[in-house]
Amino acid sequence: MELLDLTALQLGQKIKSGEIGVREAAAASISRIRAAEPAVHSFVSFNEEAALTRADEIQKKIDAGELSSPLAGVPMAVKDNICTKGVATTCSSRMLENFVPTYSANAWHLLENAGAVMLGKTNLDEFAMGSTTETSYFGATRNPWDPSRVPGGSSGGSAAAVAAGEAFYTLGSDTGGSIRQPAAFCGVTGIKPTYGSVSRYGLVAFASSLDQIGPIGRDAADCAAVLAEIMKHDRRDSTSVPTAAPGLSAVQNGSVKGMKIGIPKNFYGEGLDSEVRDTILKAAEQFRAMGAELEEFEMPIVKYAVPTYYILATAEASSNLARYDGVKYGYRAKDYADLAELYTKTRSEGFGMEVKRRILLGCFVLSSGYYDAYYLKALKVRALIKQAFDRAFEKYDMILAPTAPTTAYKIGENTGDPLKLYLGDIYTAMINIVGLPALTAPCGFDAKGLPVGMQLIGRPFGEEVLLTAACAYQRETDFHRRRPSAFLKGGDAQ
Amino acid sequence: MNYEMVLGLEVHVELATKTKIFCSCTTEFGGDPNTHCCEVCTGQPGALPVLNRKVVEYSVRAGLATGCSITQRCKFDRKNYFYPDLPKAYQISQLYLPICHDGGIEVETEDGGKKIIGIKEIHMEEDAGKLVHDPWEECSLVDYNRCGVPLIEIVSQPDFRSAHEVISYLERLKAILQFVGVSDCKMQEGSLRADVNLSVRPVGQKEFGTRTEMKNINSFKAIARAIAGESQRQIELLEEGKRVIQETRRWDDNKGASFAMRSKENAQDYKYFPDPDLTPVMISDEMIDEIRRTMPELPEPKKQRYVKEYGLPEYDASILTGSKYLVQLFEQTVALCGNPKEVSNWIMGDVMMLLKNSGKDAEELDLSPAGFASLITMVQKGSINRTVGKKVLAAMFSDKVDPEQYVRENGLEAVNDDAAIRKAVEEVLAQNEKSVTEYKSGKEKALQFLMGQSMRALRGKANPQTITAILHELLD
Repeated sequence: MELLDLTALQLGQKIKSGEIGVREAAAASISRIRAAEPAVHSFVSFNEEAALTRADEIQKKIDAGELSSPLAGVPMAVKDNICTKGVATTCSSRMLENFVPTYSANAWHLLENAGAVMLGKTNLDEFAMGSTTETSYFGATRNPWDPSRVPGGSSGGSAAAVAAGEAFYTLGSDTGGSIRQPAAFCGVTGIKPTYGSVSRYGLVAFASSLDQIGPIGRDAADCAAVLAEIMKHDRRDSTSVPTAAPGLSAVQNGSVKGMKIGIPKNFYGEGLDSEVRDTILKAAEQFRAMGAELEEFEMPIVKYAVPTYYILATAEASSNLARYDGVKYGYRAKDYADLAELYTKTRSEGFGMEVKRRILLGCFVLSSGYYDAYYLKALKVRALIKQAFDRAFEKYDMILAPTAPTTAYKIGENTGDPLKLYLGDIYTAMINIVGLPALTAPCGFDAKGLPVGMQLIGRPFGEEVLLTAACAYQRETDFHRRRPSAFLKGGDAQ
Repeated sequence: MNYEMVLGLEVHVELATKTKIFCSCTTEFGGDPNTHCCEVCTGQPGALPVLNRKVVEYSVRAGLATGCSITQRCKFDRKNYFYPDLPKAYQISQLYLPICHDGGIEVETEDGGKKIIGIKEIHMEEDAGKLVHDPWEECSLVDYNRCGVPLIEIVSQPDFRSAHEVISYLERLKAILQFVGVSDCKMQEGSLRADVNLSVRPVGQKEFGTRTEMKNINSFKAIARAIAGESQRQIELLEEGKRVIQETRRWDDNKGASFAMRSKENAQDYKYFPDPDLTPVMISDEMIDEIRRTMPELPEPKKQRYVKEYGLPEYDASILTGSKYLVQLFEQTVALCGNPKEVSNWIMGDVMMLLKNSGKDAEELDLSPAGFASLITMVQKGSINRTVGKKVLAAMFSDKVDPEQYVRENGLEAVNDDAAIRKAVEEVLAQNEKSVTEYKSGKEKALQFLMGQSMRALRGKANPQTITAILHELLD
């Protein structure tokens, strides 16, 4: 088996046993990055030298028996809205093009301590606002399965990097589907943990009540291994909740026998591509064959999810992004006559179109006279959606739904139609609204050969159930093992 | 026409916690610019606030001390606006569910009566940094040291009808907050700042007039001047048939006038919404009970106790309890030397005089209770006389001398040797036959002269009673 075809856990095992050196692993990833980047553009920045130096340091620690994590020495990458001390963290925005944080995000800090070797920072939609990675100031990332198509977003760089074999796993962030939708478009596995289970400290905020960091990997077991490192209580994040990370061996050895899986009919209606629907339902049958019980149920409130999401997310974003004013750090306009002009020019020039659109929407829904009609009402709908899920989880252990209504579309296909793009968040955004954990895993391909992802939604802190089910599914299927073949094979693609 | 003014106050008080409200940076005043800050209080990307529980405790204490009810599940909101001293471009504050509400403070009215000023609410918030304007370089620099220093804003009801009531309220509020230890309330360092809302209306009119808000007033005297100036401006407008515009005005104490900053039409929309980075603050019954239990005695009950227990005059007791620093000096001194009435007399007389002459506030008083007690004891025991005592106190006040050492080194001990006094008096009588004759012919005044001469001969150190007794014995 080629080094680059290993999962993160398999590679970690071989590094531990001495069969593969850390530098060797990093060098393999670097050569794949060199080969793939011109076509895929997963990375905003990568630093070969730093990665190799780091690899040697980690090798020494492993040799000295100082690192026990199963992921020690495994090359990975971090979404560029997650602060990495001393390494530029741009959010794929002109605004933060030169911003180098003096602190690390807690999630990255934990992985760094566990011996992760960071290759670089991955591309995203500017400030994580988008579902195509086309709004990046540094140019779009392309889908490794078909470079004329989008990888999804906003964690498009993180998903494409794993799909293209550039990194063994990556960190992404998910505010309304930003881990799950690109993972589905790129045929990889990703999980958005329960809100509060991974510290948000150092994650550049988009919508604070929705944001959550999570892993993207080649399979569910890799994601479980990453979660085991990063699901730790952090006193620096007031919304962080002390909880137990999923047990890796429980995930790898569990089954779905007797598990009750709910199929929400309203997730399978109008707007869902029929090929995607059929593929998901086939996955449902697979779960049934593996011993799970399936039951359809109604969840009519799904139709309010997108508007509710876009009110809450933009409101919080308008406030979170107000700090980028050219005064303290980041971009500052060159010529300005006074303070007001410093602000307007800096923000007009520093932000892209989509970010501005969302800031304006957010300002609107929070402004006096509209607050009650929009923001307060959205909070009420949020409570109703939560009730609907609470009721469902009285009956089911897990909910099976599509991750996205379609497979990956062409670059530029939807850029002029933000509403259509927003509607693409329908199955994912409502999960963030209520803070539940949700996982996406590959479950087939459409006629164009593009991957389809299924979404497993769980109870609060039910990550272990989701990962166990996905792991069991991946033992029976091989969709997750398929690679974009025409494009990449071995260490030297193209 | 006669007008009446209606005022309400918003008082910002910096809490005396050691660290900031949402990070562990120091709250110490001063320091080189931007040395008391971190990624949290400078609002860098990805940094998150974590509430300092001491701030909650201090706020509850301030609320209980001003008769407020406590909101046991309160929340933080974001107040969004752009200004360079506000690094996140929003201030974390409380709008919808402030921590304390519906209290009040008793104040003194102009005619010496009493009335209650209602407190609408107290909310917690973070302070902003400050801009330093460099006129030479024509630029502004930002110092974020003050960013995130915890504040409470105490919002009164529009219950004031005169500047006198306003000053009385501020003095009492300041004393209360100092007593319960939540703030040092130093106006000159900006740890107590008041915004004044003011409107006028013809006497007898029920409806309020249009109000203005004055910010940036930094002393009680300036507040009194600002109220006088602004009420006059509004009355003149109304007299001329013009209307008052609802706006924020800046009081310029040097010019003695207020200037418009922004009108309500241009008022900012702060787009308040609940801060998603912070969870609701839960305040248990146990916590409130504990704070109530450990609450220091407040000024008003303390004053009543001084009158009842120590027999101090009401006026003296209210001056003493008007300042935490005077109370500290008084109570610690009494603990050492007893005799509360005597200690009070010394403070009310000599200490207040020394403060007044040096232009200092009570909080700047630097007099050790131990030294003060030993001074009073020396006078009580007659080892120095009162006049010498006053001199010693002045030296303690200005040069921080140790009273006993000072008395010893300067030979100020009282002459208590009756024989020595008798000898000195006899000499004085021998040298002043004329006065002796005058006294004997009934001129009482002559005795005072002889007394003075005797004291002078004894270099002021004798007990005057002893001299008087000997004079009477020799002359009568």
